[in-house]
Amino acid sequence: MAHIDLHDETAVVIIGSGAGGGTLAHELTRRGIKVVLLEAGKRQSLETFSQVPGEAFGQLAWVDPRTQSGTWSVARDFPGLPVWHCKTVGGTTVHWTAACPRLQPWELRAKTTYSDVPGTSLIDWPIPYDELERYYEIAERRLGVTRRNGIPGLPASNNFKVMYAGAKKLGYKQVHTGHLAINPRVFDGRAFCIQQGFCVQGCKTGAKWSTLYTEIPRAEATGNLDLRVESTATHIEHGPDTRVNAVVYRDAQGREQHQKARAVCVAGNAIETARLLLLSSSAKFPQGLANSSGHVGRNYCHHVTGFVWGFFEQPVYPWRGATLAGVVEDEVINEPKRGFAGGYRMELVSLDLPSLPSVGLPYGWGRDFASLIENYRNMAGMFLNGEDLPRSENRITLDASVKDAFGLPVAHVHVDEHVNDESLRKHAQAQMTKLYEAVGAKRIVVGPAPPATHNMCTARMSANPRDGVANAWGQTHDVRNLFISDGSVLTTSGAANPTLTIVALALRQAEYIASEMKAGAI
Amino acid sequence: MDELIQLNRRELLRATRGILAGLVIPGSPLALIARGPSWAIELGALTSAEGAALLALARTIAPHDKLDDAAYAFVIQAIDAEASKDAKFLSMLKEGVTSLGPDFAKAPESARVAALKKLESSPFFQTMRQKTLQLLYATPLAYAYFGYEGEAFSKGGYLLRGFNNLRWLPEVPEQDSGPLPVRP
Repeated sequence: MAHIDLHDETAVVIIGSGAGGGTLAHELTRRGIKVVLLEAGKRQSLETFSQVPGEAFGQLAWVDPRTQSGTWSVARDFPGLPVWHCKTVGGTTVHWTAACPRLQPWELRAKTTYSDVPGTSLIDWPIPYDELERYYEIAERRLGVTRRNGIPGLPASNNFKVMYAGAKKLGYKQVHTGHLAINPRVFDGRAFCIQQGFCVQGCKTGAKWSTLYTEIPRAEATGNLDLRVESTATHIEHGPDTRVNAVVYRDAQGREQHQKARAVCVAGNAIETARLLLLSSSAKFPQGLANSSGHVGRNYCHHVTGFVWGFFEQPVYPWRGATLAGVVEDEVINEPKRGFAGGYRMELVSLDLPSLPSVGLPYGWGRDFASLIENYRNMAGMFLNGEDLPRSENRITLDASVKDAFGLPVAHVHVDEHVNDESLRKHAQAQMTKLYEAVGAKRIVVGPAPPATHNMCTARMSANPRDGVANAWGQTHDVRNLFISDGSVLTTSGAANPTLTIVALALRQAEYIASEMKAGAI
Repeated sequence: MDELIQLNRRELLRATRGILAGLVIPGSPLALIARGPSWAIELGALTSAEGAALLALARTIAPHDKLDDAAYAFVIQAIDAEASKDAKFLSMLKEGVTSLGPDFAKAPESARVAALKKLESSPFFQTMRQKTLQLLYATPLAYAYFGYEGEAFSKGGYLLRGFNNLRWLPEVPEQDSGPLPVRP
């Protein structure tokens, strides 16, 4: 691993080591570019991942305080935890469930497809689909995505057998064990999936792709990466020409450090990326760095989500097997007759026993509530993942009263649900209920939406600088050498789990940064 | 039972404020691992009466008839440990127990439910509900009781231990499923 001096002005500084930042670090370093990678969390490994659910959460999750408001159910159900992402080397790719669907061409043309939906801030993506598709193909090969490039699907689990039988009875056609970045057989030096069902606690065989044990060690092997763990960026500085030139961060001992930079790429997950830009306000950028449009933190999308559980006469043992290995894709269409814009996926899901009552079931206590848990082994589960429409006022702001360990304002998350989100959720929950009824469920329980795991669009790409924060390469409209490299940059959410798109955009961005550096433009 | 309590009191008097004790339900998960017919847990901050009231409360929140009191006692033990370090938390618990009334622990379930419904919006009840759900289902006794097998890495996953052994529905055709990586 490289040691890059704090005064070295030639290195690119990347903030965050997840799907976007970790991939970008590998892509830049393998092209000979020096990278300082700042990661707020610690470094775990296959050996250190805890297999005790509560402990694993504490080991991996970002648990620093946040505040929230708005009409979404998460504000009521999980007041202290609006979002659930990671703070560890590898970021959220350590706890993700590895679903890798692509966005659809019509989803990229969101504004054109849905036309004017009142109360939304929809725009079209600045990237044509065939351009994104090229990078989807590279990303799928890199991650070893199932059902692509000759890689088979994962074998069907018990939980999926229930979902499959019900989906077929409803007439659904696109039902399979999913496009997952989980090895069905040995691939890329990583083991095959042994169906542990502990995807979220960190995959101890490494069958699931994570930048922690793929992109990051490869970046280290180039000799061009200086990874600094427990290093929390607090401010990005710029010079009189508005180009950014340094990142201020707190190191593992809490000391303030000042790293010079040739370019800065922000990939701290959509909440922290927006917060860092807002924290980096200056005389030149009084509303926050790269925020002359006012869009930093706005248009926050998180997907319309929620659990649906079916309870059966006979055992399912839903905890056995890869957590999300199953999908129904027939509803990923834009069909206004359903009463809403956009589409949704039904995805297989299960929860470990300790998490189920607190995260997966609707609020309750007493006999009826306990009777659900009594039937844990006879339970099958699905999760809804639908497009939520961007709203200007759904946004990340700096909390005026709550401060983090360094005395800086924490992120405040505000979400008011759009009527379109509610209609989509109702439709999906009705279909998922019918699906389990079709296979003889004796009871169906509609669970809550959990803390948001898909955080997107808070520094979105736009063709017009007035409509967003970054251009089609994630380069900010305001600052030539400042890039957004995570889910913040997505223009809209679509109905696809975001990681594959984040990786594809990071691969594309790396090419662009390398060529711009070569040309002397940054 | 009385003998057990006497014994524990003699042994633990100096370090302990209260104890929770009970009998092992024959045939229960606890019976498989218990060394004798009874169990006891020490409390450092709560009295025995307070512990018993909170145990009854936990059981009312999450009633599983055949689950040993010992599983609920683990919850109370963890809450007691937190209360030992947090005076504010302890006083909330003590006030909460007082609000339950002196006979709560021995009252029939319907009376306990009625009493708790009146307190449902209180921070005391909400805290106890949250802690009961978080702690109870994370105990080894609960794992065994609900048949939850937990982590599987140490046993080679569920690949050859039943992840696909459901037989009451048709098998998924190969094109929508995938091959096993090893022969079963």
